[in-house]
Amino acid sequence: MSKKILPLVLGAAMGVAASTAAGATTLEDVKAKGFIQCGVSQGLPGFSNPDAQGNWTGLDVDLCRAMAAAVFGDASAVKFTPLSAKERFTALQSGEVDVLSRNTTWTMSRDTQLGLNFAGVNYYDGQGFMVRKDLGVTSALELSGASVCTNTGTTTELNVADYFRANNMQYEIVAFEKADEVVAAYDAGRCDVYTTDASGLYAQRLKLTNPGDHMVLPEIISKEPLGPVVRQGDDEWFNIAKWTLNAMINAEEMGVTSANVDEMKGSDNPSVKRLLGAEGAFGEGIGLSNDWAYNIIKNVGNYEESFNANVGPDTPLGISRGVNALWSDGGFLYAPPVR
Amino acid sequence: MANSNIFQIRTEEAPTLPAPVSTTGAIGWMRKNLFSSISNTILTFIGILLAYWIIAPFIQFAFVDAVWTGENREACLPQDGGHGGACWAYVEAYFPQFIYGRYPSAETWRVDIVYALFALLLVPLAIPSAPFKRTNAILFLVVFPIVAYFLLTGLVIGDTVVLPIVETAVWGGLLVTLVIAVTGIVASLPLGIALALGRRSQMPIIKLVSIIFIEFWRGVPLITVLFMSSVMLPLFLPEGVTFDKLLRVLIGVTLFSAAYMAEVVRGGLQAIPKGQYEGAMALGLRFWPMMYLIVLPQALKLVIPGIVNTFIGLFKDTTLVLIVGMFDLLGQIQSSFTDPTWSTPSQGHTGYLFAAIVFFVFCFGMSRYSIFMENKLHTGHKR
Repeated sequence: MSKKILPLVLGAAMGVAASTAAGATTLEDVKAKGFIQCGVSQGLPGFSNPDAQGNWTGLDVDLCRAMAAAVFGDASAVKFTPLSAKERFTALQSGEVDVLSRNTTWTMSRDTQLGLNFAGVNYYDGQGFMVRKDLGVTSALELSGASVCTNTGTTTELNVADYFRANNMQYEIVAFEKADEVVAAYDAGRCDVYTTDASGLYAQRLKLTNPGDHMVLPEIISKEPLGPVVRQGDDEWFNIAKWTLNAMINAEEMGVTSANVDEMKGSDNPSVKRLLGAEGAFGEGIGLSNDWAYNIIKNVGNYEESFNANVGPDTPLGISRGVNALWSDGGFLYAPPVR
Repeated sequence: MANSNIFQIRTEEAPTLPAPVSTTGAIGWMRKNLFSSISNTILTFIGILLAYWIIAPFIQFAFVDAVWTGENREACLPQDGGHGGACWAYVEAYFPQFIYGRYPSAETWRVDIVYALFALLLVPLAIPSAPFKRTNAILFLVVFPIVAYFLLTGLVIGDTVVLPIVETAVWGGLLVTLVIAVTGIVASLPLGIALALGRRSQMPIIKLVSIIFIEFWRGVPLITVLFMSSVMLPLFLPEGVTFDKLLRVLIGVTLFSAAYMAEVVRGGLQAIPKGQYEGAMALGLRFWPMMYLIVLPQALKLVIPGIVNTFIGLFKDTTLVLIVGMFDLLGQIQSSFTDPTWSTPSQGHTGYLFAAIVFFVFCFGMSRYSIFMENKLHTGHKR
């Protein structure tokens, strides 16, 4: 008893938000406070970045908005906490955020040792290379003897070393502390190749003097599956995160968009009916209302809409679907069916 | 007759000639200060050349090549393959965010009122000849913080929402910088004075506590303090109980700068001769009147440069809050770099230039005011 009273007294004395009683499930907590607290990055273009009006936008942000739509039927019932790479897991473990949607790579140690669960993958990233077009290189395997610009002390540097050694190629590392310095050095011609995660390459390309003179090579030399993370031990909430993502992917596969979702609700297709809650009680199975997926698609859109609005070819980033296409289009996205 | 022309008797005063051109005016000044010897002449030319190398590209970047209006990055993209000039259109688009952070735009008038009140109360307080000093000080130090607190965070009485609640998580930009800096500055000075007196106290426990406090906070870097408060503290508290992040930062920054302030003030106390204390005691003053009337006015006057130094350091240290996920002015500017709508080669340079200008204005202002106060208060110590 005294163990719980002390912080509460402290809290009352210092204006603390003692929001929840320990022991309640995340879903109950979220419903009680009326919004989802979502951990995002401090700014990664296209994934979670604030725009000039101060609204958070991006692929990761849309996932949190979709969860809010699933729980409350209102995509704006979500608050964002920008987290640095160092504090992101502590923030989730301590309950400061309910879900972490912060371009976090799914690795075994993070999944198994930190008390966290990865709810799926919403973007398959990987380390890539950017070169000048006039270098006349079309494959990373032709880069022997090249000088490579990258950040110091990251896995990026180690991946490059592995890749070049494995393919018996010579290289020279030109490393800098900050991403901006790396881009500036590459732009000034101090190295032939710029390497970082592929999504980052597209974002940094916008800062080059002549973006059109550069190209991203097709080779991807590391696996970086990025996805939303929740606390371990709360399967109900884990299911909601997992199925929110699956609903967006399934909706794309069935051709359900925010524009035609009302129409599709009357569709004869049984799998669409199940997804949108016209048949069966799948929403109740995860502790939500049966129109949970309808709300997601109506308020946020399916995966394709989110992708195209934030990182797709028509945005400044101009990332093509690539491996992030549906399995039926030759990509990796494959969501289990709703049935 | 002929000889009478040899002697001249001046009957009127000779006309006063101006000093030779070469010793007065711009030319004279330059001769004296810039070209007085061969080595000075060489140094002058090197100096002019260096200034030209630095200033010319700066003006080129900030004004000549600058883009003043535009809707998105297209406007600021360099045309001829160069780096392009400053993209002021981007600063313009982001200006509200740099000033208010992500404070809801419908509520920013509340921040404006706080800024206005702050200026309105601080200016007369800072001008020595302005009247009603005591009322002014009470308004500034007691009433203003309370009013500002409710204006910024919101006010709900019972079920009626007088001012909608705005969480500190959405505060940002200059607002956060100023809240942290002003709170730190206002709270750390009295705390620092108390600690300095405590460290010189005859009472062993007070002395020990003061020494431990000062040495602890001086011994850890501010980054560690902020990091501990944001990463470690939540782990010690039960799940779901969270301190407001801004509150944690405010407490950390205040305690940290109070320790530095204490040592600055102690330096001033050391400089007061023992005779001043003895004289005060001979007049029958007790400890607090002695400190308040005799010792502290002299000691604080001596250490004005040190105090302002600490203030300016604190003001600039507010940028460190970025590492705990708060967006001060610099953090807000850096976070705007990630918006692909405005990504251009010159975006970073423009943003940092803007940050530098704002920080310089504040720090230079503090510095000039401290010199003004020194001159006003000097009583013969000054050389």
